[in-house]
Amino acid sequence: METASLISVPTLLLAAAVGAAAGYVGAFMILRRLALVGDALTHVALPGLGAALTFGFNPFLGAFTALTAAVVGVWFIETRTRLYLEALVGVFFTIALAVGILITPEHELFEALFGDIADITPLAALAGIAVAGAAMVTMSRLQPALLTTTIAPDLAKTYRVPVRRTELSFLLVMATTVAIGITAVGTLLMGALVIIPAITAKRLAKSFRSYATMSIVAGISSAVIGVLIAARSGIPPGVAVVLVGATLFLASLLVKPQR
Amino acid sequence: MTLQEPILRIERLSVAFNAEPVLSDVTFTLSRGEAIAVVGPNGAGKTVLFRAILGLVPYQGNVRFSKGVRIGYVPQRLTVERDFPLTVEEFLRLRSGDLQKITAVLREIDTHHAAEHRGDPEHELQHLREHYLKQRLGVLSGGEFQKALIASALLNEPDVLLFDEPTSGLDVGGEESVYALLHRLQRERGLAMLLISHDLSVVYRYAQQVLCLHHRQLCFGPPHEVLEPETLQKIYGYDLGFYAHDGEKKPRPML
Repeated sequence: METASLISVPTLLLAAAVGAAAGYVGAFMILRRLALVGDALTHVALPGLGAALTFGFNPFLGAFTALTAAVVGVWFIETRTRLYLEALVGVFFTIALAVGILITPEHELFEALFGDIADITPLAALAGIAVAGAAMVTMSRLQPALLTTTIAPDLAKTYRVPVRRTELSFLLVMATTVAIGITAVGTLLMGALVIIPAITAKRLAKSFRSYATMSIVAGISSAVIGVLIAARSGIPPGVAVVLVGATLFLASLLVKPQR
Repeated sequence: MTLQEPILRIERLSVAFNAEPVLSDVTFTLSRGEAIAVVGPNGAGKTVLFRAILGLVPYQGNVRFSKGVRIGYVPQRLTVERDFPLTVEEFLRLRSGDLQKITAVLREIDTHHAAEHRGDPEHELQHLREHYLKQRLGVLSGGEFQKALIASALLNEPDVLLFDEPTSGLDVGGEESVYALLHRLQRERGLAMLLISHDLSVVYRYAQQVLCLHHRQLCFGPPHEVLEPETLQKIYGYDLGFYAHDGEKKPRPML
């Protein structure tokens, strides 16, 4: 890990885009009580990432493939059996972590676990920004259906909201967001970037609008400030991003929640 | 629109959970503009009947809505945590993006409140926004929450309203009971209604037909004809001592 490496503008923009998408997707994960599920799910990316590093293809594609396979697998089994989502994710997570550690080359393992955003080429950064943007647009389209299914699944069916399709779309957006985020903050800490901004916002927000906005802003701030600190101090970016997020969360505890 | 035109036909509807029958052989027809009350003790399968009609649980038999019918559903309760970040306005906007339509529906529901601000629509809207629409859903009182659920159902512009009465008391508009409100909506909008009620006086006053349920259909017909003491005893398992004496308000024919 180099100290004081120069951070390019595309890299910073990628950090901001990842933070924004993680904040938005995370806002829904928290409301749907998927915090730990989402966190565990982020680790599922490891075998894909390991395979990409071993065979030299794009890490985003590796992570995205592994996550999508896990998400669709979990969704498929959950809708056909009575197994809990948490339990299924637990199964996928532990298997994936074991396989991931097995196939990731040892010298690449640290980067896979903690990420290295400074390593990303400008072109890859722009691609990542585009994907994050697409994830956010998809989320905003899904928002009404997702809120309805979150608050009242029965009403959603009555109002002809396509419940299962909405849920699958959400899981896919979640997989996409996590996959881009992982290239920046690594598998181990991506979960935190999804959870912490949302939980910071939830205590303070009165409306959904303010909740989502605050979560996105907290996500962007954690990612951008974290990456800058990492570049100056030599701390792995993933760790710095999480620590900035944690600081924001602690600061939010000092603010009296709105009633 | 005539009273006789059927809007919903239920034929031999049965529901079983894990091979345990919960409802068997329920058959009735709901016509446009008509109100049917569903009565029965706790656990008799009333809510299950609603859920089957709405397609939320698997069933056997037929549930047929006439073509193009829009349904409104007011569930018994909805668990919303106090800190769930969603305001009443945001909740209602999930059904309609038109704030004017939302306020019009709320005004229709809460005539008592609207009357307080009559002649000053600007002030009324401001009051409504500050004291109701901007509130978080999870902090509303039972009656206010019920009002939001009814408004949400009405925003769907339903032809049929399924209303599942909460077991706790309701006070929607201060002076008007929720049933008087539903009755008014039925009259003004020509709504057909299926309502679950725990209060037999409500049934006599507001329903044209009553469906007695205790896992199976024990009676169906006009309340003053079918709610015989023996039937009530069969439904509730004991003598309620409730008789529709002559002084009791007979249901008025609608439309």
